[in-house]
Amino acid sequence: MSHEDILAGLAAIVNEVAGIPAETVQMEKSFVDDLDVDSLSMVEVVMACEDKFGVTIPDTEVKNLNTVADAVNYIAANK
Amino acid sequence: MSRTVVVTGLGATTPLGGDVASTWQALLAGQSGSLILQDPKFAELPVRIAAPVKVDPSNILEPHEIRRMDRSQQLALIASREAWADAAIESIDPERLGVAIATGVGGAISLMEQYDILKERGASRVSPMTVPMLMPNGPAAVVGLEVGAMAGVHTPVSACASGAEAIGYGAEMIRTGRADVVVCGGTEGCIHPLTIAAFAAMRALSTRHDNAAAASRPFDRDRDGFVMAEGSAIVVLESEEFAKARGAKIYGVYGGQGIAADAHHIAQPEPEGRGVMLAINRALKDADLSTKDIFHVNAHATSTPAGDVAEAKAIRKVLGADADHAPVTAVKGATGHLLGGAGSLAAIVSILAIRDRKIPPVANTENLDEGVDVDVVIGKPRDLPAGDMAALSNSFGFGGHDIVLAFRSV
Repeated sequence: MSHEDILAGLAAIVNEVAGIPAETVQMEKSFVDDLDVDSLSMVEVVMACEDKFGVTIPDTEVKNLNTVADAVNYIAANK
Repeated sequence: MSRTVVVTGLGATTPLGGDVASTWQALLAGQSGSLILQDPKFAELPVRIAAPVKVDPSNILEPHEIRRMDRSQQLALIASREAWADAAIESIDPERLGVAIATGVGGAISLMEQYDILKERGASRVSPMTVPMLMPNGPAAVVGLEVGAMAGVHTPVSACASGAEAIGYGAEMIRTGRADVVVCGGTEGCIHPLTIAAFAAMRALSTRHDNAAAASRPFDRDRDGFVMAEGSAIVVLESEEFAKARGAKIYGVYGGQGIAADAHHIAQPEPEGRGVMLAINRALKDADLSTKDIFHVNAHATSTPAGDVAEAKAIRKVLGADADHAPVTAVKGATGHLLGGAGSLAAIVSILAIRDRKIPPVANTENLDEGVDVDVVIGKPRDLPAGDMAALSNSFGFGGHDIVLAFRSV
């Protein structure tokens, strides 16, 4: 699965969970500061990513996922 | 001295329609929202009759709103948005704006769904929104966020009287100066095999499966129980001063409320109606009305054998001869029992009856129980005369809660 595919999948999840337009979910964006994803939504996003991509994202890792790129890279490395 | 409270906005989503106008038209036409539930999960239940909302929230709200709100919250939000838009308040200090929205069981469906997820997929898959969805103050909280209410966000629960109690609570917030505007009412969204089985176990539900649409028939001699429904009804209350200063359209005047309790049984109504009579008398006193001023009574009447007649007797005992100029209707014939949403829907119907001078008939009811000695409107709407008038709206809940609201013409 390419980084582009992961990004597309993640964008769809963020849209479904938080109603944010998928096209605004871009690599350099910060979840909290740019996309306005609150902490509860972030938990849902992580859960949905685990289901969709078959990864496990422990809580200790989640706090390092500040930008979309952080999440895409983590998923790519751990699938 | 307490301030006058007026009604400036109405909103509802019910088994008759997705808004107030369609619900009101359907009520006047004597339509019914009761049907046989088709989903296979209901197939083995002893009762399969219910009245779901006519317009499902998934047709109105965004997917991300649906996934993070319990159904009772979704319905409350939809009705509140209509009421808030209807009131058309251009600006208000958030510290002067409150919310009082109640429910019978709140997020019961979300609680059960997340329990199923816990069992099937484990704790790591339980939604982080579970607590905000199941908490009974959830609907009030969601609407409080929507309108930006800082004066107070409340959930006064009293089972099937909740919707009415919330309106009374909101009115008191204004009368005592805690707020100038309050968005208030009730909601319920708990049609689920467990809740149906639970009410069926009490033998409270109609089993008229051969004619589900006609199952809910308050005051009818052949009634055999109520029909479980869902929905939300919300009103915007304002101080008269605030409303007039901004040129608001005013539907009617909130007269007052009477509160009492039966102290009789956890679920059955007290047969002599002592709590009901006490609540009616207290409402008249709070609204500074006499029985002569009452031209309409919107009954709680759920279509149960015991409750309907007890209420009719209490109405006659309190109003006496004045009951002869106060025709009675019961919304639950058409809509089924909206539980936490019933009391506020009844209030809206009372307000519209006064505004339009038309009382909707009790849907489905054909032959009155011989124990009913009040003037029940059946068959077609009844006209009301011109001039000043007041109506009473009754709501009673499991646990013996009695709430009577009084509304007056403008």
